[in-house]
Amino acid sequence: MSIASSLSVDKRDIVALEGVTKRFPGVVANDGVDLAIRPGEVHVLLGENGAGKSTLIGMLSGLQQPDEGRILVDGEPTAITSPRHALALGIGTVFQHMMLVPTLTVAENLLLGGPWWQRPKTEELEARVAEITRTLGITVRLHAKVSELSLGEQQQVEILRAMVRNTRLLILDESTSMLTPKGIEELGALMRRLVGQGLAIVFITHKLKEAAAFGDRISVLKLGRKVGEIPPERFRALGEQAIISEIVELMFGKRKDDPEAAERPVRVIHAEAAPLLQVHDLAVAPTDEAPCLSSISFDIRPGEIFGIAGIDGNGQKQLAEALAGQRATMGGSVRLEGAPIEALSVGERRERGLRYLTDDRLGEGTVGTFPVSINFFLKQVGAAPFWRKGVEQRAEIDKRAAQIVREYDVRTPSLKTPVARLSGGNIQKVLLARELAEGAKVVIFNKPTYGLDLANTLASRQRIRDTAARGLAVLLISTDLEELLSMCDRIAVISNGSLVGTVENADDARTKVGRLMIGLAA
Amino acid sequence: MSIETAPSAGATALDPTAAVATRRDIQHRLLMTLGPILAALIIAGCILLAVGVDPLAYYGFVLEKGLLSPLGIQQTLTRMAPLLFLAAGLIVAFRAGMWNLGGDGQFLLGAVTAAASAPVFVQIMPAWLALVCSFLIAMVVAMIWSLVPALLRAYQGVNEIITTLMMTFLGTSLANVLVKLVFRDPGTTVPQTRTLPVEDRLPRLFETTITSGLLLGLAAIIIVHLVMTRTAFGLKLRIVGANPRAAIHSGLGVPKLTIAVFAISAGLAGLAGAVDILGVQGNVRADWNPAYGLAVIPVVFLARMNGFAAIGFVFLLSVLSIGGESAARRLGVPNHFTLVLVSIVLIVLALAEYIDHRYNQSRRV
Ligand SMILES: Nc1ncnc2c1ncn2[C@@H]1O[C@H](COP(=O)(O)OP(=O)(O)OP(=O)(O)O)[C@@H](O)[C@H]1O
Ligand SMILES: [Mg+2]
Repeated sequence: MSIASSLSVDKRDIVALEGVTKRFPGVVANDGVDLAIRPGEVHVLLGENGAGKSTLIGMLSGLQQPDEGRILVDGEPTAITSPRHALALGIGTVFQHMMLVPTLTVAENLLLGGPWWQRPKTEELEARVAEITRTLGITVRLHAKVSELSLGEQQQVEILRAMVRNTRLLILDESTSMLTPKGIEELGALMRRLVGQGLAIVFITHKLKEAAAFGDRISVLKLGRKVGEIPPERFRALGEQAIISEIVELMFGKRKDDPEAAERPVRVIHAEAAPLLQVHDLAVAPTDEAPCLSSISFDIRPGEIFGIAGIDGNGQKQLAEALAGQRATMGGSVRLEGAPIEALSVGERRERGLRYLTDDRLGEGTVGTFPVSINFFLKQVGAAPFWRKGVEQRAEIDKRAAQIVREYDVRTPSLKTPVARLSGGNIQKVLLARELAEGAKVVIFNKPTYGLDLANTLASRQRIRDTAARGLAVLLISTDLEELLSMCDRIAVISNGSLVGTVENADDARTKVGRLMIGLAA
Repeated sequence: MSIETAPSAGATALDPTAAVATRRDIQHRLLMTLGPILAALIIAGCILLAVGVDPLAYYGFVLEKGLLSPLGIQQTLTRMAPLLFLAAGLIVAFRAGMWNLGGDGQFLLGAVTAAASAPVFVQIMPAWLALVCSFLIAMVVAMIWSLVPALLRAYQGVNEIITTLMMTFLGTSLANVLVKLVFRDPGTTVPQTRTLPVEDRLPRLFETTITSGLLLGLAAIIIVHLVMTRTAFGLKLRIVGANPRAAIHSGLGVPKLTIAVFAISAGLAGLAGAVDILGVQGNVRADWNPAYGLAVIPVVFLARMNGFAAIGFVFLLSVLSIGGESAARRLGVPNHFTLVLVSIVLIVLALAEYIDHRYNQSRRV
């Protein structure tokens, strides 16, 4: 095996990038990037929020064209002009943000893009899906409407969609961010099987352990430039810890052994204090495809972080929406500081101090075409000092927005940039900043660190801990067990729309939660 | 064509390159607007040729009668008054993502109530007060007429395109029935409402025949523009229009806002009817329906729901329609050819946008 330098064209590369540069107004998203993608390899792409990862794969999948440099497919310079073209070349992509048509069913979405003169081959599809889902270890309800699926389930559909076409190169942009640890492991095993069959995979993640566990080759982007690469030979020579610390050094310029292993500080919760949030026997009717919620009861005291673990799509979204007032309930009570709020509207609940950080940042969390600055105040429209007598005070808005941008390190070319133009992690920062603003008493976090890079994840977790320490009640919904274990005081497990058990976050919590999640008693 | 709800944040350039970029952007916008209009004029010219009319004569006539002759330009400016009110109403609705296509019904009902009430009012109160009261009544009646589609959309999610269109059919018929049966002037043989004496109508501007309704219309559309871009209320409506789910998530009272949007939009359409009657017509004849509402819809799209741009396009539409009416009489081209022309402009614009987009996509091949 010859060790080819990544610059020279290698006949074995399915796709190679040479000096690719992409500029957007105010930023250089990619700056002279070289990248070689080979069959039989999982190529991990790492980098901070806004480093340019999604932009890079946007060019591979035909969404965008490079400003400079070229893309070689099978050694031939090729302009990938459209997503359809990319698919024809065998490049299948699972994007960071959902690209499914919400009003169609899963099956219809999978069949999209076939020749228009042919009848969709439904039986063929079903057979193929059955085969893939079996190897993937997931279940997908083909006849469910996409709008009724949770984001995690939608992500699975997207993976499936990339797989049913005969792809040679599979690109996964943060596809593990919605999966449980078990789901991640299964996806990792699947990736290993696929590269074993000769596929090439580009895998973007913010979790370094996944990178070390599933990768063959790692490239690190920083401010649009490629700052380092660990080729397979070196990769195999190093152990997991050594790889992680090398990545951390490449990304952040400092050595650290296991950056995620943060000690959970011991907090004092006043057990005798009255609960801030009391949920009793909450029930939500099932919709066409979403499960119902039945007899959900829990209390959260001031200063407490109460976690909800479980596989995505088991009613987490319904629970959060019912508490926030976005979804009609069938029965039960919700009390905030002892006062019933179940009859109040979304806005009234917010005024009482209830905050809800949604996990659907583009669908409902932001208005994509509006500037970053306005999106910070989306839930305060009309409130002083940003509006006076109903008139917008642009200076006030910009001043405060600039402050938040600095405080939360939102990477944006300007305050006027439409928020949808930011990178995924930076949009998430906008949401976090908005919900942590003053006046909160109870905060519901649905996957708060989804899409954030390591440094920002740690900073955000610390912010949430600080929030609780100020005497707020925090409800933390997450599929990431590590996150729950590192933050929560108690963890409940949700399954099929009901809480199947609650455990104190003590030493044996991990096993107990794990048992609850697979349907055993804790 | 994309419905842009992007806020018109005055771009304060950060650095010189950005300034150049903005200027190029504006140039590009101008080219993308004027180019298609020119192309549309050529296409429409071909249609005229095909039906045996000399396009140059037609356009010359339109220009002459709609813009250049003193009488023509005065008529054009007068015609702008109701169109501006209608455009203002559509801007509110479209920016909030609601398709109030019932403008004509609301317009006619406003016109009929204004025509019926004003001659009565002038006999019992000072003329200016009579006008104000007639305006208000026209507005309220149009608002009430929009209530059915508004409530259906707000609380049942019924598509407002269909309901407003149905209400507009009902509204035009109702207006007709009212003219023929209820408000009919017994002193004339043709069915029409009582005529408001010329001296009691809206004053003319200076020594011309231009109605002062033009100023009211300009005020209405500028106020609407400022409200939509600078106020909390306008922002709430734009949020509902740009991302309804985000509106719910942000705790906005979407049903109430929906009803408000319909009320404002219809109210402005009613005022448009009133301004045409109280300023120009003086009465409503049976079967009168100028169908301004339909003609204004493409104009608002061309202006991308920007109030100031809409003023310019409304002017253009007025020139075309006043000039077109004269040309129709002279050259035998049907009156509605103006509408054909405007629709061709719209289609060409949409095409141009699509091609521009594709070109940008594939430029770097
Ligand atoms: N369509 C666009 N228009 C303008 N700027 C853009 C656009 N897409 C991306 N950018 C900018 O390019 C930079 C890189 O964004 P990109 O989405 O590639 O980051 P990323 O590495 O995927 O980050 P994350 O981990 O947060 O998803 C960001 O600064 C972003 O604001
Ligand atoms: Mg990204």
